[in-house]
Amino acid sequence: MASKLTTSNRAGWGFALPGFGLIAVFIVLPFFFAFYFSLTNQRLISPNPTEYVGLDNYRSLLGLAVITLEPERDDAGQILRDADGAIEYPRVRTITRSDDFPQYRGMREWFRWHSGDTARVVIASDVVFMKALVNTFLFVLVVAPVQAGLALCLALLINQRLRGINIYRTIYFMPVVVSIVVVSLLWRFIYDGNDGLLNNLLSALSFGAFEGRDWLGDPSTALGSIMAMSIWQAVGFHMVIWLSGLQTISPTLYEAADIEGANRWQTFRYVTWPGLRNTAVLILIVITMQCFALFAQIDVMTNGGPLDSTQTLVFQAVERGYGRQDISGGSAISVILFLIVLSISLVQRWLTRGR
Amino acid sequence: MAMVSAENRGLRLAVRYAVLTLVAIIFIFPLLFMVMSSLKPQAQLLADTSSLRAFLPVGDISLQNYTDAFRRAPVVTFMINSVLVTGITVLLSLAVCSLAAFSFAFLEWKGRGVILSVILATLIIPFETIAIPLLLMVSQLPWIGWNGLEFGWLNTYRVQIIPWVADGLTIFLFVQYFRDLPRELIEAARVEGATWFQVYWRVVMPLAGPVIATAAILKFLVMYNQYLWPLIVVQQESVRPVMVGLGYFFQLNTAWGEVMAYLTVITLPVLAFYLVLQRAFIASIASTGVKG
Repeated sequence: MASKLTTSNRAGWGFALPGFGLIAVFIVLPFFFAFYFSLTNQRLISPNPTEYVGLDNYRSLLGLAVITLEPERDDAGQILRDADGAIEYPRVRTITRSDDFPQYRGMREWFRWHSGDTARVVIASDVVFMKALVNTFLFVLVVAPVQAGLALCLALLINQRLRGINIYRTIYFMPVVVSIVVVSLLWRFIYDGNDGLLNNLLSALSFGAFEGRDWLGDPSTALGSIMAMSIWQAVGFHMVIWLSGLQTISPTLYEAADIEGANRWQTFRYVTWPGLRNTAVLILIVITMQCFALFAQIDVMTNGGPLDSTQTLVFQAVERGYGRQDISGGSAISVILFLIVLSISLVQRWLTRGR
Repeated sequence: MAMVSAENRGLRLAVRYAVLTLVAIIFIFPLLFMVMSSLKPQAQLLADTSSLRAFLPVGDISLQNYTDAFRRAPVVTFMINSVLVTGITVLLSLAVCSLAAFSFAFLEWKGRGVILSVILATLIIPFETIAIPLLLMVSQLPWIGWNGLEFGWLNTYRVQIIPWVADGLTIFLFVQYFRDLPRELIEAARVEGATWFQVYWRVVMPLAGPVIATAAILKFLVMYNQYLWPLIVVQQESVRPVMVGLGYFFQLNTAWGEVMAYLTVITLPVLAFYLVLQRAFIASIASTGVKG
């Protein structure tokens, strides 16, 4: 309640101003600038004045269409096949460069599938961005549940009364204090195709049966390798948050479960898990936000390659905004990223509301 | 309840420790590998990866890689830069954020609720989504330096420090902690004629040890491990921090021994710090989770 003793507009504003001012200038202002720049052609350094371009930046990122290609036929109407027997189709660029289809101009093939003899081709204005979008979602969809689950297992493991348990807790948490940049470079060595520790380890464990592979150089394993490493680095962080959630559960509840004769699973299901609901929501939101920000691992380990298989949204935003000095393009990606993060946290809140 | 014999209990205990230790190996061996590799010449280093020797300080052990790494890159400069930027930011952040939190927790003023909500709302803005517009902003911000008014913050210490001083989480942690302090203390001090600043400095801050430790550790980890921001705003070697300095070691035929030496040099101080203060480190991470 307001009392004379604590009412002070002058001191109140004065004390809060340095902190609020810095946050306003360095967080709130750039946040709104991101929206503004994304509607212009702003560059980092440019002799020309900045112009308003509407939604062009978004259009050139998100443009997507499906085109249907009929097989090439000879004069008799027979389908043409190449030397391997595969059906020949007209080239996509006969459409994307044709004056008959101005709406597809400049788009490139992303992927295609076949239905019968016809091929359907998904073309995108910015194939690399689309791949970045998909990779980022894949990363979140795999890492968030796996990391949260493993962290919970570790927390349950460490939440025992055993001599020396603190030493284990200290070790499990250790990678968290090591920079992700250091971890990424270290794991680049571990994943190395020629002299990597992982290949040699797997080969030794399988008595030489494992051939060894270039984990980060192969499009089918690169993203997965980065996921595994990211989980290794950060799982201790969330273990600690789970652990603090576990310790808020009253011991009397466990005693009651014990008296009722509940087995371990029942105890977890009916005592532990309900007590962890708030923690679970928090952890999912935190991991999701961290996952969407995926950047350092990519920058240090793969630069988005091989074949764009590890492109991510933040990596693309930085490559444009900083690498190509295209502030407007980078800002547009940032806005898209923010809207995704915002809607996901709103959905997570809504799904777990008031229970 | 089933009777558990002593033998059975011993076996169970052994299994528990075995599981705990197995998991511990997964976490500690890559780091051990980093340190051990930094001590070995390239040829032996690569040969050792195929056996457990990779994790042992055996064979031709020397500090040669460290000498080479220091020769390849201005490591000392990078370390000094990182320590300076991290240290100054942590101190400024503690001062600015605790002062703001004091105002939110104890003072009544117009607009308090709105301002606090704005600050808490910034918690859902990932830094990565404002980095690019902020890059443009700081490239044009004014500054009054030795040469009078100048524009542009790129390639300076201040661009690495000032944007990171105030943040929603630190303010939130202080507000949480202050709200649990007994208000009578503050009111008593006021009755005795203390100014608001004296109340903050003499009464509240001396009681805030735990939250100061938490905020300092969290800020320290963020600042020392900073990568994306210095990567895009600092091109000059003289102000570059350690994580961006890694760029010197990327090359076609990577000299892994040197890389591992550099990684060890920049990581060991943090690990040492962590091992000494591990309870405080873990408590500070845990406290980010209590808001629920």
